[in-house]
Amino acid sequence: MTLQPLLAVNALSCERGGRRLFSPISLSVLPGDYIELIGANGSGKSTLLRTLAGLHSQFTGEYRSQDALYQGHRLGLDGLLTPLENLAWFAGLEDHTSDHETTLNALDRTGVLTMAYSLCGAMSAGQQRRVAMARWLLSSRKLWLLDEPLTALDASAQDLLRDVIAEHCAKGGAVICATHNAIAIDGKSELILDASIAETLP
Amino acid sequence: MIRGALVREWQVLLRAKGAVINPLAFLLLTTMLFVIAAPDAITTDEASAVAPGVLWTLVLLTQLLALDSMYRRDFDSGVLEQTLVSAQVPFVTVLIRIFMQWLSTGFIMACLGPVLGVMLGLSFQALPATALALLLGTPALSLLGSVGASVTVGFNRGGVILALLVLPLFLPTLVFGADMVMAAQAGRSVMPQVYALSLISLVALALAPFATLAGLKISLEMQ
Amino acid sequence: MLGASLKRLWHKLGSPRWFFSLTTPWVTFFGWSAAILLLWGTIWGLAYAPADYQQGNSFRIMYVHVPAAMLAQSLYIGMGVAGFIGLVWRMKLTDVAISACLPLGMVITALALFSGSVWGRPTWGSWWEWDGRTVSTLVLFFLYVGIYALREAIAEAELRARASALIAMVGTINIPIIKYSVEWWNTLHQSASFGLTQKPAMPSEMWLPLLVMVLGFYCFAGFVVLLRMRSEILQREMNARWVGDWITGRGSP
Repeated sequence: MTLQPLLAVNALSCERGGRRLFSPISLSVLPGDYIELIGANGSGKSTLLRTLAGLHSQFTGEYRSQDALYQGHRLGLDGLLTPLENLAWFAGLEDHTSDHETTLNALDRTGVLTMAYSLCGAMSAGQQRRVAMARWLLSSRKLWLLDEPLTALDASAQDLLRDVIAEHCAKGGAVICATHNAIAIDGKSELILDASIAETLP
Repeated sequence: MIRGALVREWQVLLRAKGAVINPLAFLLLTTMLFVIAAPDAITTDEASAVAPGVLWTLVLLTQLLALDSMYRRDFDSGVLEQTLVSAQVPFVTVLIRIFMQWLSTGFIMACLGPVLGVMLGLSFQALPATALALLLGTPALSLLGSVGASVTVGFNRGGVILALLVLPLFLPTLVFGADMVMAAQAGRSVMPQVYALSLISLVALALAPFATLAGLKISLEMQ
Repeated sequence: MLGASLKRLWHKLGSPRWFFSLTTPWVTFFGWSAAILLLWGTIWGLAYAPADYQQGNSFRIMYVHVPAAMLAQSLYIGMGVAGFIGLVWRMKLTDVAISACLPLGMVITALALFSGSVWGRPTWGSWWEWDGRTVSTLVLFFLYVGIYALREAIAEAELRARASALIAMVGTINIPIIKYSVEWWNTLHQSASFGLTQKPAMPSEMWLPLLVMVLGFYCFAGFVVLLRMRSEILQREMNARWVGDWITGRGSP
């Protein structure tokens, strides 16, 4: 039985300011894949993720993707809303309802249940990122595009992140992650973005 | 999704009432400044000649002030990019945002318009027309303003550029809106201006959401 | 057959190099036409056309004001059309066109405003009156300034192009609405003097030089816009081989 790729990329190279950021890449992302994007600062990791999310339109080549969950440097949390309200809004964006119970469980899993009724704007950066992780748990999207998810995470949150990603991949999802520090996940592949080398994944 | 978006807009509105109150306070303040600076303009009979234009100009400037923050919060927090990535129909979200912006600014100015008009020396017979003119014209201001706001949201001090882009677009509404009030004062029919204001708002409704979405995409790519 | 070749022509138009080679003779043509037409029109209009029976000799500024006003509006609409083409067909050349039309458009609009004011002085008795035309032209000036400010604020070329195209399109669609509303406003608040907004039947001795001047202005615009576009193309493509060849005279694109 052949698996449908969640993402198929063909000779994609992102551009910014008329400049090509990296050599064209091609890859196919199957359910269960965890791919780490590696490259120096400014090599285009964020731009690649934004392109795959549909936020960046300057590129050559092509890609075909299922609806993805994207998390960039900005978390996408409204500071004036509580985590519960933010998660309800995210669910609405993805056109599905999440019941109260499930949402609370997700917040519990990520360790911010006690803040469920506080305003996100009053939380620390690390706590907000935990709320964002709860969003991933509730999302129906199979493909995750994460840009530097380790930022501002303490040790236990980093472990949590690793577990969450591992579980998602085990359930048939896929994660493409740009990170400076490697995350130890079984079966991970690396995609190197470099202006002079093209890395093609099997 | 529509329900979710509306719920969020409402929650934000309740928790950041300043976004509504501040522009209105500005409108009240500037009206007062005018009255203090030019007291003879409102105590003489010529008052009614000046008042429509002054009222509408102040309304325009208030709208400009409110526009600056129309997309800024969501842009800075990442909510905007989430919307464009995850929403099936981002267009609807834009419409909802514009509608809420109008509801919290233009609509309230339409309600307050008669009061301010009286302060500026408008004759009483023109007050219903004043409210109607503002009601018909302010949607155009929110719609067209949204286009300018969408393109300038990423700028550091985009307020001035926003004004430059958007005030020429406001001009037709200003012309017909002020004229409608003047016509009402003179006892003439206001139907031509009603048609004109409605037409402008409808044309804006047809154009502005698409242009806004395009502008937001451009601004997000600048991030 | 025709359709296919038209399509190819359209795609070729998007190529800077092809555009550059195509327009090389045009620049000379427009330049000389402009010089001749403007010289002829100016002399004819200023010296030989009959004096207006109402305004005397002061109406002659019309030979500068009317073409300038027409050109100002045409250039903006040109930017709007270029913007539309650029957004739909993703042609980079359209941004070159917009950046070429912009400074010229601003200057010509300022010229229209200034010449309108000079014309108005003997007619109105004042240096400025708010009537339909002056307001329309002033608004047009601000539409130009808006795009200029926008372009200054965006550093990235591709995004600057898209934002300018979008705003130029929105502005162009608004031009008729603005004109209509200002005409309306003007009919209700007619200033005591007329002259600039009314168009009495002009004898051919009067409007022929005007036609010459209009053509001259448009040729001048063609000359300047093409020249600016060409130098911008050279700058944008400066790493390409054909640019080096052309500059050093080794070959033409």
